[in-house]
Amino acid sequence: MPFDATLEAFVEALADPWAPPPAETRGREGRPDARRFAVYRNNVAVGLIASVEMRYPVTRRLVGDDFFRGLARAYVAGNKPRSPVLIHWGADFPAFIGAFEPAREIPYLADVARLENAWVEVYHAAEATPLGLAELATVDPERLGELRFVFHPAVRLLRLAHPAASIWAAHQGASEPRSPDHWRPEDALIARPHADVDVRILPPRGYQFAAALLSGASLAEAAAPLAAEGVDPGPHLVGLIEAGAVTNIR
Amino acid sequence: MPSPNRPRVAALLSNRAGVGLKPEHIDAILAERPDVGFFEIHAENYMGDGGPPHRRLESIRSLYPVSLHGVGLSIGSPRPLDKAHLARLAALAKRYEPGLFSEHLAWSSHDLGFLDDLLPLPYTEETLACVCAHIEETQEALGRRMLLENPSTYVLFAESTIPETEFLAEIARRTGCGLLLDVNNVEVSATNHGFDPLAYLEAFPLEHVGEIHLAGYAEAEDEAGHRLLIDAHDSPVRPGVWALYEEVISCIGMQPTLVEWDNDVPEWPVLHAEARRAERHAAQAAAVAGTGAFGHAV
Repeated sequence: MPFDATLEAFVEALADPWAPPPAETRGREGRPDARRFAVYRNNVAVGLIASVEMRYPVTRRLVGDDFFRGLARAYVAGNKPRSPVLIHWGADFPAFIGAFEPAREIPYLADVARLENAWVEVYHAAEATPLGLAELATVDPERLGELRFVFHPAVRLLRLAHPAASIWAAHQGASEPRSPDHWRPEDALIARPHADVDVRILPPRGYQFAAALLSGASLAEAAAPLAAEGVDPGPHLVGLIEAGAVTNIR
Repeated sequence: MPSPNRPRVAALLSNRAGVGLKPEHIDAILAERPDVGFFEIHAENYMGDGGPPHRRLESIRSLYPVSLHGVGLSIGSPRPLDKAHLARLAALAKRYEPGLFSEHLAWSSHDLGFLDDLLPLPYTEETLACVCAHIEETQEALGRRMLLENPSTYVLFAESTIPETEFLAEIARRTGCGLLLDVNNVEVSATNHGFDPLAYLEAFPLEHVGEIHLAGYAEAEDEAGHRLLIDAHDSPVRPGVWALYEEVISCIGMQPTLVEWDNDVPEWPVLHAEARRAERHAAQAAAVAGTGAFGHAV
């Protein structure tokens, strides 16, 4: 059999748990052996499931090991990585959870997973030196409104329909997690200005302001909707700078 | 930001024992600076753009030589190598100056995607030519000689026409690559396929060995009730593997030797003790050099 055809048959049998072992394979009895082939099938599943478990520890803790393994197994069955760099794989797992019927009873689960995915992306993002407040202070006040900001590569903004950031934070220690004080949507800023990933819950209107700046709006453009409501954009800007979310002024 | 120009120890691995670098051990290692020959890293874990993994690896690299071990290149596949992945490997090798780079005689990617396992291939003239072309391409991309590791296998292929040791010897001859001799894999495959591990070592082109791997295995049974060993990297090195290791060292002398422990990772002192044990076994074997069960001097 040509090399490619042999591997094709091997892959087909790996993907189908009910398939017999490939006809070309041999055990010690000189014939295909299902338990030998099952080692490979198991290795593939267990390895990829372990990657999902590593990326989503709080999501796992929320549903328990057994439920999570079933969830991850279902995901892995239909979503193989395109690249061997597994630290970048599994970003669409939150969307998979959102569509996974047995997880419907835990409506905040997908949001917690979105936060965990953002955390891993930020953890591995490129290094950059964050802008300090002192540098902002050197800008001519007349020109402040024209400023645009370059964001740190290690920044993600999330709109969460549930208090997923509070739930995530409550599950960081080993102690019994507390329920969130307020059951309401949360906006989160995940940043890694230096070595450590920092998760912050944004104040009201903080998301719109940060998202506008992140998409390239000038400070005046981003501040206008807040000013229209009589809200001072200053603390929002200072908050972003203090979080290390910005690297440069343009 | 960590300085890329931090002073470093030399890249070259001495003939000592090292261990796989595990994130959970790095704080203890940086605090205690234990006497370890080298640390081996899985290349794919360091293919992010930045962040703590690189910061900590820079710290480790300033104190110890490292070896770079790829687990995702899929050298044993008939499909073309992933050029982007080769470029990532080359960038890592340039950044961290590893003393050695190794990959596996196995495949892991196909149309379905990356399968996260080291899968077996038949040994034929066709697959030999394909593997050799991939190794030449890899050595060219990285600008260095690589080591190719012998696999643990659970099945053989009906169409194989070349013994594994001959296959590896021919690859080394054609491409100039070195070999990584995984002694645990020898024990696992020998048990699984019912051959004598010493005979395998006797046929192995030991003169090309540039590194040795040791690890623990798990046990199961196949359908016919034969003992089936699984290359699990989840436990201490077994006595039979230590005995084979001593045979190899008595024949070719001490080589950079890695203890792999990737699952159910123990506390740092346990892993460190396993590396020291490897050095004691090697010293013992070197003291009786030339008395091995197989004798070809190299």
